[in-house]
Amino acid sequence: MFDTRTGRKLVEVHNLKMHFPIHAGFFRRRVGEVKAVDDVSFDIYEGETLGLVGESGCGKSTCGRAVLRLYDITSGSIRISGQEIGDAGFQRLRPMRPTMQMVFQDPQASLNPRMTVARIISEPLDEHTRLTRAEKTDRVYELMDAVGLNRDFANRYPHEFSGGQRQRIGIARALALNPRFIVCDEPIAALDVSIQAQVVNLLEELQDRLGLTYLFISHDLSMVRHIADRVAVMYLGKVVELAPRDALYETPKHPYTEALLSAVPEPDPSIETRKKHILLKGDVPSPANPPEGCNFCTRCPKVMDICHKVEPSTFKVAPGHSVACHLYSETIQKTAGETAAIEAQESTQQGE
Amino acid sequence: MPDGGLPVLDVKDLKTVFRTRSGEVHAVNKVSFDLRPGELLGVVGESGSGKSVTMMSLIGLLPSPPAEVRSGQVMFGGEDLLKVKEERLRALRGARIGFVFQDPMTSLNPVFTVGYQIMEPLRKHMGLDKKEARKRARELLELVGIPDAGRRLSDYPHQFSGGMRQRVMIAIALACDPEVLIADEPTTALDVTIQAQILELMKELREKLGMAVIWITHDLGVIAGIADRVMVMYGGQVVEQAPVRELFGNPQHPYTRALLKTVPSVSGERAEKLAVIEGQPPILSAEPAACPFRARCPQAFDRCARENPARVPVGPGHDAACFWDPETGGPRNV
Repeated sequence: MFDTRTGRKLVEVHNLKMHFPIHAGFFRRRVGEVKAVDDVSFDIYEGETLGLVGESGCGKSTCGRAVLRLYDITSGSIRISGQEIGDAGFQRLRPMRPTMQMVFQDPQASLNPRMTVARIISEPLDEHTRLTRAEKTDRVYELMDAVGLNRDFANRYPHEFSGGQRQRIGIARALALNPRFIVCDEPIAALDVSIQAQVVNLLEELQDRLGLTYLFISHDLSMVRHIADRVAVMYLGKVVELAPRDALYETPKHPYTEALLSAVPEPDPSIETRKKHILLKGDVPSPANPPEGCNFCTRCPKVMDICHKVEPSTFKVAPGHSVACHLYSETIQKTAGETAAIEAQESTQQGE
Repeated sequence: MPDGGLPVLDVKDLKTVFRTRSGEVHAVNKVSFDLRPGELLGVVGESGSGKSVTMMSLIGLLPSPPAEVRSGQVMFGGEDLLKVKEERLRALRGARIGFVFQDPMTSLNPVFTVGYQIMEPLRKHMGLDKKEARKRARELLELVGIPDAGRRLSDYPHQFSGGMRQRVMIAIALACDPEVLIADEPTTALDVTIQAQILELMKELREKLGMAVIWITHDLGVIAGIADRVMVMYGGQVVEQAPVRELFGNPQHPYTRALLKTVPSVSGERAEKLAVIEGQPPILSAEPAACPFRARCPQAFDRCARENPARVPVGPGHDAACFWDPETGGPRNV
């Protein structure tokens, strides 16, 4: 849990916005923008894992990349161990890169097929350190040991490895410069179940040993429950709920979180056949043209009139637990809470 | 629920080999199973376990070369599908056996309207004229829950979302009222909330239409909610087969037992450390002479390296291919 750790904030993100322009027509005029990440704020404490979950297109990967400043962000502030990097230029960012690294989703695409494992892992060392060749080789071996790769394979190429082993190469590369903060962008999505557990256990073990801080991006809610200390749920570019892990999974507050959790099939037929699924209607709206008011109002089973007009602000419902939903605003909580409970019962409807 | 009648599909000792430049890959080895009327058979396994190749072999969908269905028998409606001519297979595929594939974007043709693609099997297999086919196509889209079906018929695949495209695929598969529907990871490419919609739709359709379904997936959660019976595949073989509750409640094969433990859940106890199946799946360069799981198996003993275990009955409707008995904690008497 985050409160049992050091309690020092390593990453602070405030009002982060990442909008991508849409160009159209003969003159490629700017006709709109995709609000991939729209006004997102969160902190990550030292040594903790913050899980970032959501469905495809909700902006979770963009958010992770923006936090590492792989994009020029539209606006907002990002502080890593107190240093503002939101507006930093290339020159100022470069010396900070070693502290913040990334593990990518697809280990097939993120490793250069023409480089050997040793060269892949030592590339960050070439860029950022002045180690001698022998020192580099030692460091590469050390890293390969740390992630459970056989040293004898140092001169092999990525295609000679399985998916799980390739992901280990990616993790070794991310660790090369002794980072403090690692963004893991769906690191297990491309792996088989039995291999997923191996990689997750490795990430946890490295965290304990090296005191790493993770932003763990995933669409797999059950795996996030396993690895994260706190969890942020994103929908259409916004964080709709942020809470300590157990609070989020046991007492989800936002209607979207509730629906998302209920949609995950349980690997147990006696639970699964009895479980009441909240079925959401329709699809996620386009982030280029989000609905007015609350982004979730088009699919929300507890939708109220106000949701179509006013964007909800974020309310604190418990220590460390915040929700962006009108159900929890104090002024309408009393009256709306009751009607919402009735609506919720009615809205466990079938399909579309 | 299965009504226990004669199987609609009966597969015996199916063996499929891929010939590649660097040697043979024995992807499917002596796979036997049957599918009873109206039941949903779940097939679970990791990538490379042979689950898709098995189903593609049944109906001649594998490109040959490199694939070669080397032996076996697939009885469907009194015919052996491995012996019949290609034209006959073509008449069965899409008419009496329907398919839904994993990726709804790549399995629909982007240059034809959705309506055209649904009408194609109706006109080819059922000989409907254009007007009748269009009417039926519209009914099918309504059946799979696509709003404004009449107008959507003239839309192209890219105008549909992922979940909607998968609904279109299901509509095409159901067009000619198949007796068997083979669904290969139909919800894997979809988000959980959309997956929940498709699973619900599938349950409804089975009640309405009563066809038998083979559902391939790697997601044990999906299987738990939808299947009547489950077949677990590993290394190109069936290692365990049982009714769904029996399989989850009383798994017998060490692979199934380990697989159930490695999967975290969103409710219930949260394990501090995930259980792990160490090692990698086997490379099937020859027909396995020993148990394919032995290198990763915590229970493996000397016999496992000498023989490949056959499937033996271990309970009502339940069989497993293993020499080890979890009840006694020792070797099984087989």
